[in-house]
Amino acid sequence: MTTTTEAAPPQVVPLEAARKKRRKLTAYWLLLPGIAWLVVFFAIPMVYQGSTSLQTGSLEQGFKLTWHFATYWDALVEYKWHFVRSFSYAAIATVLCLAIGYPLAYTIAFKANQRWRNVILILVIAPFFTSFLIRTLAWKTILSDGGPVVGALNHLHLLALSDAVGLTSGHRVLATPLAVVCGLTYNFLPFMILPLYTSLERIDPRLHEAANDLYARPFTIFRKVTFPISLPGVVAGTLLTFIPASGDYINAQLLGSPSEQMVGNGIQKQFLNVLAYPTAAALSFILMALILGMVTVYMRKAGTEELV
Amino acid sequence: MSRLLKWVRAHLVVLAGILALAYLVLPNLVVLAFSFNKPVGKFNYEWSQFSTDAWTNPCGVADMCGSLALSLQIALLATLGATVLGTMVAFALARYRFRGRAATTALIFLPMAMPEVVMAASLGTLFLNMRIQFGFLTILIAHIMFCLSFVVTAVKARVMSMDPRLEQAAQDLYATPTQTFLRITLPLVAPGIAAGALLSFALSFDDFIITQFNSGPTTVTFPMFVWGASQRGIPVQVNVIGTGMFIAAVVFTVAGQWLANRRKARA
Repeated sequence: MTTTTEAAPPQVVPLEAARKKRRKLTAYWLLLPGIAWLVVFFAIPMVYQGSTSLQTGSLEQGFKLTWHFATYWDALVEYKWHFVRSFSYAAIATVLCLAIGYPLAYTIAFKANQRWRNVILILVIAPFFTSFLIRTLAWKTILSDGGPVVGALNHLHLLALSDAVGLTSGHRVLATPLAVVCGLTYNFLPFMILPLYTSLERIDPRLHEAANDLYARPFTIFRKVTFPISLPGVVAGTLLTFIPASGDYINAQLLGSPSEQMVGNGIQKQFLNVLAYPTAAALSFILMALILGMVTVYMRKAGTEELV
Repeated sequence: MSRLLKWVRAHLVVLAGILALAYLVLPNLVVLAFSFNKPVGKFNYEWSQFSTDAWTNPCGVADMCGSLALSLQIALLATLGATVLGTMVAFALARYRFRGRAATTALIFLPMAMPEVVMAASLGTLFLNMRIQFGFLTILIAHIMFCLSFVVTAVKARVMSMDPRLEQAAQDLYATPTQTFLRITLPLVAPGIAAGALLSFALSFDDFIITQFNSGPTTVTFPMFVWGASQRGIPVQVNVIGTGMFIAAVVFTVAGQWLANRRKARA
């Protein structure tokens, strides 16, 4: 790669060309192992899954590709409520994450001094390093029937209200949709807070001063200045929350009852217990397609709204 | 009363922030408190009496510390693999123009935009069809696969934000490409590589969904152990490990920040 300064002028052109070619080859050599890994263990399995979903057979006799599209229809009929629950729980959890995470991200970015900012950030990130299964199980204690949360909610007659709406049942929280949504919100909250914080942190405080000088009220400043600038963080945060939440089956399994099960539970059951691989493949294919579709629409919407 | 209301109104955002933080930290406190519990039945959900039994005998449960060791082993190897492969891809994406760039970027982005269960089921299907024995190797392959993209993102951002003039200056001072890379580029990119590696370690160590679909009967990682225990009965020692991990993480981050501050102060 060393350019020889003594090189005679006519030689310079081929030398440059050779260097360019070698540079290009370097790029491919750098890419090769990582990309090969992703192609073999991510992309090819996706294609494989597509083919598996159209196969029929059993584990003993082997599976054959028979273009059996009915698997998709059967899976949809059997699991339609799982899909509805997955997307509605994930949507509620995402909105809650935004509502809970925004004030915290705002506090870290604008209200805390340097020392507190670091302390809070560590507290937000540290749960990442503790097994989330253990933390989810802790919610079983917090929300238990005789526990303080249920007691307080009962005292305020809030559980009677949520019972009526269908969020809870029988004056308890565990094994109800509320518990599952609560667990999902808790588990994916850091994924909302961190992108929100990074987008809020970049805002120049002088913008707030300028808006203030122009007689904008605090809420107007938030609506017209802060929130629009933080929109990329909002989009990133909602995606990072919604996508994993809609595929999750751990919260539904640990905190819910069989009637709160989500698509993830279905895929897990079909794959690991029933060993009906075509059904599992069809379910995850539908889940993937729906999520990709929703994400595309959402990103397009968020993008245009930001421009207008 | 009206003064109190006024104060609450003025600090509404901060109060909401503090409540959010409490929501985040509460389960960790519960895990800590219940590590000192002596439960009556098999499950550690209800408080009965104070005891330090679990802390004095953390490995007293069959198979638990073995699963912890397996998780550490896999996380370290997966971090190593993902960091090396991911850093190479990040440099290629940040520094070179080549054909297939858009496809490469999409291939890096997609695993992060896919629910884990979809990747887990599809990779598991591949291994099944190829008749590859599920075990240590299949878990490691899966973990490297989903950690890779995060490393690429972290390192690429760092390489892109680097001032190219620093490398040019080194070349002007007759540094060979190798010297420039080792003494200028690598130290400058190191924080990005460290961030990617740390994230990989955390993701791999704590992964459950992909591991459940791609592990064999004898390879039980720590999250798999906790999952099994949640159905059969949870030993208190699980809380000891959970608390230990939380404390280790806090100490690690505080120490890292302290080191970074000291380096900044000296520079």
